[in-house]
Amino acid sequence: MKDHLAEIIIAAVIFLAVSAIGFIAARWRRPDDMGHLNEWGLGGRSFGSWITWFLVGGDLYTAYTFVAVPALLFASGALGFYAVPYTVIVYPMVFVVLVRLWSVSHKHGFVTPADFVRARSGSSTMALLVAITGIVATMPYIALQLVGIEAVLKSMHVDPTWALIIAFAILAAYTYQSGLRAPALIAFVKDALIYIVIIVAVIYIPYKLGGWHKIFDAADAKFAKTHGTVLNPGNQWQYVTWALGSALALFLYPHSITGVLASRSRNVIKRNMSALPAYSLLLGLIALLGYMAIAAQTTPIKTNGKADNNTVVPQLFDQMFPHWFAGVAFAAVAIGALVPAAIMSIAAANLFTRNIFKEYIKRDATPRQEAAVSKVASLVVKAGAVLVILLISPQFSIDLQLIGGVIILQTLPAVGIGLYTRWLHRWGLVAGWLVGMGLGVWMLYQIPNPATNHVHFGGSAFPLSKWFDPTSIGLDAKTQVYVGFVAVVANAVVAVIVTLICRALRASDGVDTTSPDDYLSDADSKTPPPLAEDQLPEPVPTS
Amino acid sequence: MVEPQTEPVPRRRTGSPWHWLLIIPVVVPLLFFLFNSKNPYFLGFPRFYWLQLAFILLSVATTLIVYRLTRTREG
Repeated sequence: MKDHLAEIIIAAVIFLAVSAIGFIAARWRRPDDMGHLNEWGLGGRSFGSWITWFLVGGDLYTAYTFVAVPALLFASGALGFYAVPYTVIVYPMVFVVLVRLWSVSHKHGFVTPADFVRARSGSSTMALLVAITGIVATMPYIALQLVGIEAVLKSMHVDPTWALIIAFAILAAYTYQSGLRAPALIAFVKDALIYIVIIVAVIYIPYKLGGWHKIFDAADAKFAKTHGTVLNPGNQWQYVTWALGSALALFLYPHSITGVLASRSRNVIKRNMSALPAYSLLLGLIALLGYMAIAAQTTPIKTNGKADNNTVVPQLFDQMFPHWFAGVAFAAVAIGALVPAAIMSIAAANLFTRNIFKEYIKRDATPRQEAAVSKVASLVVKAGAVLVILLISPQFSIDLQLIGGVIILQTLPAVGIGLYTRWLHRWGLVAGWLVGMGLGVWMLYQIPNPATNHVHFGGSAFPLSKWFDPTSIGLDAKTQVYVGFVAVVANAVVAVIVTLICRALRASDGVDTTSPDDYLSDADSKTPPPLAEDQLPEPVPTS
Repeated sequence: MVEPQTEPVPRRRTGSPWHWLLIIPVVVPLLFFLFNSKNPYFLGFPRFYWLQLAFILLSVATTLIVYRLTRTREG
């Protein structure tokens, strides 16, 4: 504890300073009426390129990424690097798809993906399913941010329980007050901190360890038996389906959609798709911290006799950096967890308000009432996340996050395909969702986790040999694939078949209230942006 | 909505064909046979690692080109 006092003080001071920014954010680009859901939940839909870059970046690269991806490389080798192709392919995909979603949402005032599905498919059932799917998939994801903070706290030898509750109470308070403006403003500080820490880490640590080749040699030695620093025939398809499935899932998550809808115009999004990969480079280097930990012979902290791999990066920082800089690094990881947690809870709250409260409880709710409900819902979502982390062991909540990806992917036909064509019948979408969700959960149920002795929900890679002999189609006998990928393919196939049946039976389809031009419209002169130009603090120089 | 713009004429305002270029940075990073090896090394990085990081540049370049070719006048 004494060794860590300097770290604790520095991390706490930075954390509190950033929290103060969260409260001040309510006045930043001050809206006419903070009581409106557009203001609280979407920051007035006025964010320009820079803010969007920080906001979406803060959204996508979470503490979980900073802690868990290197942990995966540390424990499993090359497989963990899938995060790089995943974050490379996601932007070109988002470029074309989410620009359309932005346009149609701007035109019709949609706040959530379920709003869009309601208008497009004419099915309130499907919209409800999309809303519930989004909320369910988001909750464990928020809880996961806590795993990142918890790992840092463990490395500082602070009792995680109370510190976590205090951190989350502060987060809840400023999100309640400032809405999306809080994470948007904090994202500047967060990214500046993270960039500094990571740039120092990837220069200083390899230098101290004797160069990159030493680091890769150490990894080669650890994984010599399996040649684990490259892929083998058994896990290469897992690598590809993980990357592709994660990329498809990412932009279906309500929180990434919230970040995109808050931007001012189509060009802002397009420009960002070229600028966001800067984060991917960062992510690739962060991932390699896992190998650096191998070379530095870092030992993860043991909890109940089992090594907690999530603590590998904090332990590496603790080992390599002077105390004061380790404190800065720990603060960076903790704040990096809170920004996405805030955005996620806002997105989940918006879903509840728009698609459950307004749809089923109070149809004539005013925007002011919507904002009030959203604020409370964001508190409830976060309280749920705290309960998840306190009641369930971290390993298990990681298992839950994998389910989160599988779950959110089942909205792909309704949201993703729906942006392009209305060919799928509304009952086809519902049937596809039911089958995809059922199959996905059933497959997850069958996957054990040998490391933690859990028999079910132990991971997201499904061995094909449980179904058939993979060698019969030319694959390696040990081939595994991402559950979400299989489930969403089944979902799409069922959606197509049921659509054909519905057409044959002439079942009535809902009414599409969008028109083809809506998907291409840009910010027009009808509604001048609430604030003329970006008056953001200049992008913080990071070096 | 002040000026109805050129409403009915350009029916086919649908995405520019340049968008198809974006398939390249989506497909290439998934072709594991391109990078699944250690040789050649580059700056101490095995191919598996440096080539996948290099695909980031491919993605940036392609999205930038498509953005330039398709951007709309912004007021």
